[in-house]
Amino acid sequence: MSVNIDLTTVWAFIIAFGIFAYVVMDGFDLGIGILFPVFKGEERDQAMNAIAPVWDGNETWLVLGGGGLFAAFPLAYAIILPATYPLIIAMLLGLVFRGVAFEFRWRDPGHRAFWDMAFTGGSIVAAFAQGMILGAILQGIDVDGRAYAGGWLDWLSPYSLLTGAGVVAGYALLGATWLIVKVEGGALDHAYRLAGRAAIATLALMIAVSLATPFLEHRYWQRWFDMPNMLFTSQVPLLVAIVTYFLFRTLKKRATWSPFLLALGLFLLGTIGLGISMFPYVVPDSVTIWDAAAPERSQVFMLVGVVLVMPLILAYTAWAYWVFRGKVGSHGYH
Amino acid sequence: MFESLFGSVDAVLLARIQFAFTVSFHFIFPAFSIGLASYLAVLEGLWLKTGQSHYLDLFRYWLKIFAVTFAMGVVSGIVMSYQFGTNWSVFSDKAGSVIGPLMAYEVLTAFFLEAGFLGVMLFGMNKVGPRLHFTATLMVAIGTFISAFWILSANSWMQTPTGHIIGENGQFLPGESWWAIIFNPSFPYRLVHTVIAAYLTTAFVVGAVGAWHLLKDRANPHARIMFSMAMWMAALVAPVQIFAGDMHGLNTLEHQPVKVMAMEGHYQSHPEGAPFYLFGIPNSKEQRIDYAIAIPKASSLILKHDPNAPLAGLDTVPRDEQPPVGIVFWSFRIMVGIGMLMLGIGMWSLLARVKGRLYDWPLLHRGAMLMGPSGFVAVIAGWVTTEVGRQPYTVYGLLRTADSASPLAAPAVGASLVAFVVIYFAVFGAGTWYILKLMSHRPKSGEAGVETEPGPTRTAGITPASALEGGQ
Repeated sequence: MSVNIDLTTVWAFIIAFGIFAYVVMDGFDLGIGILFPVFKGEERDQAMNAIAPVWDGNETWLVLGGGGLFAAFPLAYAIILPATYPLIIAMLLGLVFRGVAFEFRWRDPGHRAFWDMAFTGGSIVAAFAQGMILGAILQGIDVDGRAYAGGWLDWLSPYSLLTGAGVVAGYALLGATWLIVKVEGGALDHAYRLAGRAAIATLALMIAVSLATPFLEHRYWQRWFDMPNMLFTSQVPLLVAIVTYFLFRTLKKRATWSPFLLALGLFLLGTIGLGISMFPYVVPDSVTIWDAAAPERSQVFMLVGVVLVMPLILAYTAWAYWVFRGKVGSHGYH
Repeated sequence: MFESLFGSVDAVLLARIQFAFTVSFHFIFPAFSIGLASYLAVLEGLWLKTGQSHYLDLFRYWLKIFAVTFAMGVVSGIVMSYQFGTNWSVFSDKAGSVIGPLMAYEVLTAFFLEAGFLGVMLFGMNKVGPRLHFTATLMVAIGTFISAFWILSANSWMQTPTGHIIGENGQFLPGESWWAIIFNPSFPYRLVHTVIAAYLTTAFVVGAVGAWHLLKDRANPHARIMFSMAMWMAALVAPVQIFAGDMHGLNTLEHQPVKVMAMEGHYQSHPEGAPFYLFGIPNSKEQRIDYAIAIPKASSLILKHDPNAPLAGLDTVPRDEQPPVGIVFWSFRIMVGIGMLMLGIGMWSLLARVKGRLYDWPLLHRGAMLMGPSGFVAVIAGWVTTEVGRQPYTVYGLLRTADSASPLAAPAVGASLVAFVVIYFAVFGAGTWYILKLMSHRPKSGEAGVETEPGPTRTAGITPASALEGGQ
């Protein structure tokens, strides 16, 4: 059995990695969508060009997250998706608008204003829905046997609204700091200003979520505040404070890459915090990763694929980013 | 509002309609992009080999259409990867350990490949040079094929499940060998039949666009290349497809005989040779075909290669295990009818070639235009035949559709169904309109690439000269 336990944990980390990769990569795409209305005219084209060649690859991590959960933890997939049904549908439809806007705004200059709106609206809805799904999972899901047992609006609560807002702000921060790397001129000044504001909003909401979470479930409280756990868990807010300090400092000094990397750091710490709260549950307090896991044969079969293919994926993804490196400027990609 | 609207409707039925709607809409895009990706690879390869700029022009012409199609395929595809959980959670719980890994492999080996190289394919010609760019195009084309491989393997397993064992909670668990699951009995046939269908669909779209421009200017060299290539595909591949379809049908007869009974409209058993119905209205209540026009013994001839071979009918199957005959019966006829018409166009084009009138026969060009969308209709009809023919099961013979659905209230499913219908028609309607507009543009020398499309940033730095630069 010990092999099985190890495999399941490995898979939990793979799925967590997939979701983290999605959140940071599509996070900056969606963030640029969220901030899009602030930019005008040619600045918008720059913002769009900052992500046009890579957004599709970034979004693929969402399919890996969903497909991976289905494959590695089918029971979790079968419980969480019906429990957050309207949120999932809203997210998917938001992503429909966001995704087609990339092409359609070029194809139809007469309706560009509409597709720009679709781009922003789709991005906000998708980001907000993703944040609320996170909140809905953390606050707990009614489970009976192997199925969701609650109503179709159980996910709606002040807490899930708070996590929704948090993710929107966080994505905006990622988007603004990515723009700092990619754009020039007036758009760059804009990006620095927006990054500062998004950072403040992100931190405020991160603190609010962090304060609210331990009160949701007794177990979260123990996780974070019982000795000796606290010696370890207290490092997380400490590191958040340090990263935040450097984030504001580098923004003030108008550094190019540091703000984006520090924003990634904030998301990483947020994910670690999430892991501390939830592990080993995938549906808090009712389904652990071992309850939800696919049998060993499925895990091994997929692990072979991941070990063989993931390095390749990372390599050619990195190559694609390398090809489109540097500022998009006002000259597009050529 | 939705309470009153959907309160009395069965949530499972709504979920089925929603899945059928979203998957049918989605299927249109890959059916086109699988073929188009390969066509683009062929065009770019020909350009690199011959140095003829016409091929590069055509590559760039179709690349713009590919970009729009692919974007719609991606966004409608992501919906599918979540629908299993949102609407079919019991199926997901029971079959996830078998189906899930196949889909995970699709993501790992296909989606990332396509997405990773798509950016370079669309925007990177001037960044990486022609040879590396060709590699990117090839990777995207290979990615679309690998994607078809895995998703059809998963679908085929639901049709002809093998290689699994049943676990303690009624779960399907992988057995000794994954090969038995992946290469389940119907998979090779379905894969060949579907991939050829995608190629034919694309060929007829390309042919229609070529024909349209030939009708306007029969000297247009780009239109001539397009039309000729498409008609070769129609002439050579349509017969292969009919053969592959026949093999697939025989395979279905072996493993899912009830589906074939529905396709054939055989309510009764025919111990001395079964007729083939050319027309008729299936009447499941009375278990007979009304207004039938039939060729005696033809069905036995097709399916058993013997006019007098006995064929069992739906009278040997309990009513609650029969698929909806009317839908399957007609969707099958639509698919086969279109296949025959495709063959007809292909043969006509051969005749035109022999007579030296390929670019000079307006009636043929009009016929080809009319057949432009036929591939999509055939693909959807074929899909309906096989999926509805699998009913009332999700995993054939083992898990009923009624026992697969999520514990969702009808109003929730109804509301999402309405949202999908409204948004899909609006968004993909607009996308189709943009594609038609692109197709109506005359292909010309010095065709601009995607990266040189309108929009201040993208146009900046381009000139026709820079667009031609890659062509030496």
